Amino acid sequence: MSRKSYRQAINEALRQEMERDARVIVMGIDVAGGQGGSGDIGSVGGCFGVTKGLYKRFPGRVIDTPISESAIMGAAAGAALSGLRPVAELMFVDFLGVCLDQIYNQAAKFRYMFGGKARTPLVIRATIGAGQRAGAQHSQTLHPWLTAVPGLKVAMPSTPYDAKGLLIQAIREDDPVIFLESKVLYDIEGEVPDEAYRLPFAEANVVRAGSDVTIVAFSAMVQQAQKAAEALANSGVSAEVIDPRTTSPIDSETILQSVEKTGRLVVVDESPPRCSLAADVAAIVAEEGFHMLKAPIRRVTCPHTPVPFAPNLEDAYIPSAQAIEAAVRSIIPATVSR
Amino acid sequence: MQLSRDDLKRAFRTMFTIRAFDERVEKEFAAGNIPGFCHVYLGQEAAAVGVCFDLSDRDWIGSTHRGHGHCIAKGCEVRGMMLEIMGRADGLCGGKGGSMHIADMSKGMLGANAIVGGSPPIAVGAALSQKVLKTANVAVAFSGDGGSNQGTTFEALNMAVVLNAPAIFIFENNGYGEFTSADYAVGSPSIAERAKSFGMPAECVDGVDFFAVREAMGRALERGRAGFGPYALEIRCSRIRGHYCGDPQVYRSKAELAEAVRNDPLARFRARVSEAGLLQRQEFDAIETEVLGEIEAAVAAGLAAAPPDLAALTRDVYVRY
Repeated sequence: MSRKSYRQAINEALRQEMERDARVIVMGIDVAGGQGGSGDIGSVGGCFGVTKGLYKRFPGRVIDTPISESAIMGAAAGAALSGLRPVAELMFVDFLGVCLDQIYNQAAKFRYMFGGKARTPLVIRATIGAGQRAGAQHSQTLHPWLTAVPGLKVAMPSTPYDAKGLLIQAIREDDPVIFLESKVLYDIEGEVPDEAYRLPFAEANVVRAGSDVTIVAFSAMVQQAQKAAEALANSGVSAEVIDPRTTSPIDSETILQSVEKTGRLVVVDESPPRCSLAADVAAIVAEEGFHMLKAPIRRVTCPHTPVPFAPNLEDAYIPSAQAIEAAVRSIIPATVSR
Repeated sequence: MQLSRDDLKRAFRTMFTIRAFDERVEKEFAAGNIPGFCHVYLGQEAAAVGVCFDLSDRDWIGSTHRGHGHCIAKGCEVRGMMLEIMGRADGLCGGKGGSMHIADMSKGMLGANAIVGGSPPIAVGAALSQKVLKTANVAVAFSGDGGSNQGTTFEALNMAVVLNAPAIFIFENNGYGEFTSADYAVGSPSIAERAKSFGMPAECVDGVDFFAVREAMGRALERGRAGFGPYALEIRCSRIRGHYCGDPQVYRSKAELAEAVRNDPLARFRARVSEAGLLQRQEFDAIETEVLGEIEAAVAAGLAAAPPDLAALTRDVYVRY
């Protein structure tokens, strides 16, 4: 066990899985970097440096591709059908638009369309999230689109520990997994075991226990929810914070058990509100836990807009700890808080 | 590459199986025994059989929406195919794929693909597997003149060259993408020239001539198996039917259609092999009789077979969820 960044945790998971299984390959744009150039090959390691060092260790299995996202995703799907276990990188999830067919019409559907006779052990890593002043085409989350596709699994780690365990699990899955890495979390640090370990999908993490309200949050929003819970605790409101870790499959049981205890639900999702995970979790609880609710469900999301560039606007776009706190207070009667 | 009498019988048998299968599919479709959409492969038999003739089960192919011929040429069982097209539980994909999604991993068949331009990137991936796993197998992407215009195809052609992957791109130019002529929709003088510009060898070959297709494919295979990277073939052939079963083909003149029908790859094969004295008329006839019996049995089995049980609706979305 030692302190590692979210980025290091992902790199370590890739390296350990590549060492364990020769069928695991890493492919994408600049995952090595420097191919065909006059300098060093492999020292870039992707746009965010996540795959740094892998090329030197596994030269034939860290494959730089042209900037051709359709061909990358399609080739990864084809390689998965024919004996490899590819980890393909889609630099920014925003680029989903240029390669979606190969993901949702091809990889996601093979097993079902072919009557259960195909396996597609494919991981697609992509970065998500606003906060880096990257503008409307490099800051989205898009996990609701991917969660909506039958045949895909979706993981959204919020800590270095979760990132390593969920990625190792993703690589060992026999189904296509979308692994969404939050750009603003790359440098956060946490305790991460040195050895390989797996975190099973559909097992939510109760990040903080509480009794007055359940706050469900995903990826980078877990930190904001924790900050809000801290502030609420100071005024006597006990919030339980749940990180589902995976959105498909999702652990609705843990969420419902929590709501049974607290009677109140706030869902925090960094995405526009319509058809978001906030809407989805709210629907699950409204349908299966209506009788447990003491107050209306609140959703804390981004507005129904593209991600703006100007720093003040972008800050206002992202759900904040203050917004989460306000949402909680709006459904907590004065008698609960002091 | 001289073919033995047995090889010639196998080639004719496979081409005739495609012909008889799809002619029967048309009949069963018209009779209401096949749900959905069907795109028959009639007129292009020499292309599929010429390309697949020297492939093994460990070589991969990715196909198109007009994929029955590719499936049969790659070794898929006609009974399983007919049951699949009829939506039966014992179909090759459990009745959950249908005509446009027939696949058989055990035969190296990565699936018919209902998205035009869907297969080329997937085949590049299967070719990449061969390179990483250090086999001498290849992966073949079938697409048409229509698919040759898709961006996915351009990306796949370039990536195959960049990765030096043993991918073979087959462009069956059957003259029409849906209801629009390739003369209109393909901007370059030939698809082969276009493929060549990506940096791979490419040839244009007469798709009515089984022998010409097989020989060209032999050159592609030799290169791919030896690790020299991708190859492309534009196979000029004729779609002697409409885009889909029931298409009245109002966009095509009678004279053009009659000319297409005259260019029959099976008749050409039979004439050439007979003239060379390699197979006798009785031998051809015996093959036809046998194949027709198989198709008849497949249809009878299909009509009698049960649909998938309702539990199949939610089965096999994932290996584990």
